[in-house]
Amino acid sequence: MALIEGKTGQWEMVIGLEVHAQVTSESKLFSGASATFGGEPNANVSMVDAAMPGMLPVLNRRSVEQAVKTGLGLNAKINLTSVFERKNYFYADLPSGYQISQHLHPIVGEGTVVLDMADGTTREVGIERLHLEQDAGKSLHDQHPSKTYIDLNRSGITLMEIVSKPDLRTAEEVGVYLAKLRSIMRYLGTCDGNMEEGSMRCDVNLSVRKPGDPLGTRTETKNVNSIRFVKLAIEHEVHRQIAVIEEGGRIVQETRLFDSVKGTTRAMRSKEEAHDYRYFPDPDLLPLVLDQAWVDEVRQALPELPDAKKRRFVEKLGLSPYDAGVLVNDKETAAFYEAVIAGDKRDAKLVANWVTGDFFGALNRSGVALSEAPVDADKLGGLLDLVSDGTISGRIAKDVFEEMWENGKTAADIVEAKGLRQISDTGALEAMVDKVIAENPGQVEQIKAGNEKLLGWFVGQIMKATQGKANPGMVNQLLRKKLS
Amino acid sequence: MSVDRTTVAKIAKLARIRVPEENLDGLAGELNNILGWIEQLSELDTDGVEPMTSVVAMIPPQREDTVTDGGRPEDVVRNAPESVGGYFVVPKVIE
Repeated sequence: MALIEGKTGQWEMVIGLEVHAQVTSESKLFSGASATFGGEPNANVSMVDAAMPGMLPVLNRRSVEQAVKTGLGLNAKINLTSVFERKNYFYADLPSGYQISQHLHPIVGEGTVVLDMADGTTREVGIERLHLEQDAGKSLHDQHPSKTYIDLNRSGITLMEIVSKPDLRTAEEVGVYLAKLRSIMRYLGTCDGNMEEGSMRCDVNLSVRKPGDPLGTRTETKNVNSIRFVKLAIEHEVHRQIAVIEEGGRIVQETRLFDSVKGTTRAMRSKEEAHDYRYFPDPDLLPLVLDQAWVDEVRQALPELPDAKKRRFVEKLGLSPYDAGVLVNDKETAAFYEAVIAGDKRDAKLVANWVTGDFFGALNRSGVALSEAPVDADKLGGLLDLVSDGTISGRIAKDVFEEMWENGKTAADIVEAKGLRQISDTGALEAMVDKVIAENPGQVEQIKAGNEKLLGWFVGQIMKATQGKANPGMVNQLLRKKLS
Repeated sequence: MSVDRTTVAKIAKLARIRVPEENLDGLAGELNNILGWIEQLSELDTDGVEPMTSVVAMIPPQREDTVTDGGRPEDVVRNAPESVGGYFVVPKVIE
């Protein structure tokens, strides 16, 4: 348990997250307008989204399926009956005066997410619920000194609100939780998880307590839009709360805003009726009823998710949990890795070392996306084949890889053109070994006197003479035979 | 349950309806009549009765996920008291 040192002793923080994830779909939750990001102001708006009188919402089948998929991916209970309700509040970018949401009867109930922590341990975080709701429009406050500009393109886009239980205890866990949610949704294709474009937004509920005490009063920090900002907001808010309590004050339950420039949180001006949303079932929408057989079909069609993939990589391929975790985190990386091992064609561990080592290194250095890497899965596989069949040594392979990255050629071409083939011809190697032995009688004496370390020096001499092309295993063997 | 004039004023404010001071008592009386009538319903024993959400037993219709609407921003803002460059323009609402 991570505790924070205060003036009056140690404190524990308790965090629950509400994540708003934009559902991947062509059209909106209740209208046929495009759900694409961007676009000219009010171009992706139907009269339903603009809340013109008499317009009626019709539910998007895909939005429902995406929510159910995500629920199944969170190991959660799917509620066969859920109810859309109106959450009433006035704001300029909410033309109807209510958001259609699910309050008492969400489409998805309790579930679990497993966190893989950096130290190799795992933590389980409970999911309280997932419900479907509409996004609001966008207000631009900086276009005019006394006016606000409203664009409704985002209005009515499908959101999933994923509410965690207050199971998180550190900023690090929160970061891992968000990354895991994003990974699961990307595997499922239900949300692109792009926090910069706002497809994943996060509200942080945080309170502090002395270990073992009941829960303290929480604050809710709204709209934090990157994992780094979430961590900053938490660090700031936890120290603010501890300071308030230790100076004899009390925490007020309130909504706060994160200021990404200053890295601080501040209280929103509280209106007394701010939380009186007067929910009631939307009379325009009948309860959503799902068929268990359909839910089972969706479950059957789910792709392999990160946890299952990791387990398979560890149990079937013999990877370390750490390497497996690194490889499955991102759907594209995992697909790349599996394309290189090509079933059981190539050595799973060798490939894992190369992908997480030299390949990731080159990718990070050059800053290109995996899909645009000059060395694709086929080419990397070709290089590793040359290592496995002894054509080149692992040492030479690293140089060949660098060159492949530079010019996009295949490993075989480079090895051929530069004559990098490993010398595995016993006769040729033996001649070289004999020559080195003959030229260095002093060192030979020392080895025979018991200085085994010098064997490495001899190997080095031969590698130098062959520009690294000698088969190091065979050289070692020959030297041992002749010097013992 | 009964409402007084303070509650009426609060509900009116939440609904953004301007109610003159002198109408508050009258409205409180009307709302109390309605609430009293509704309360009679709770005298019925509805244990084990499924809530009826519609008079017609039907599955709500669903749409295919295709873009069939939008692309007419000028119509969207046509009735707006003020608009600039396709945006609705309202008095500044930032806190």
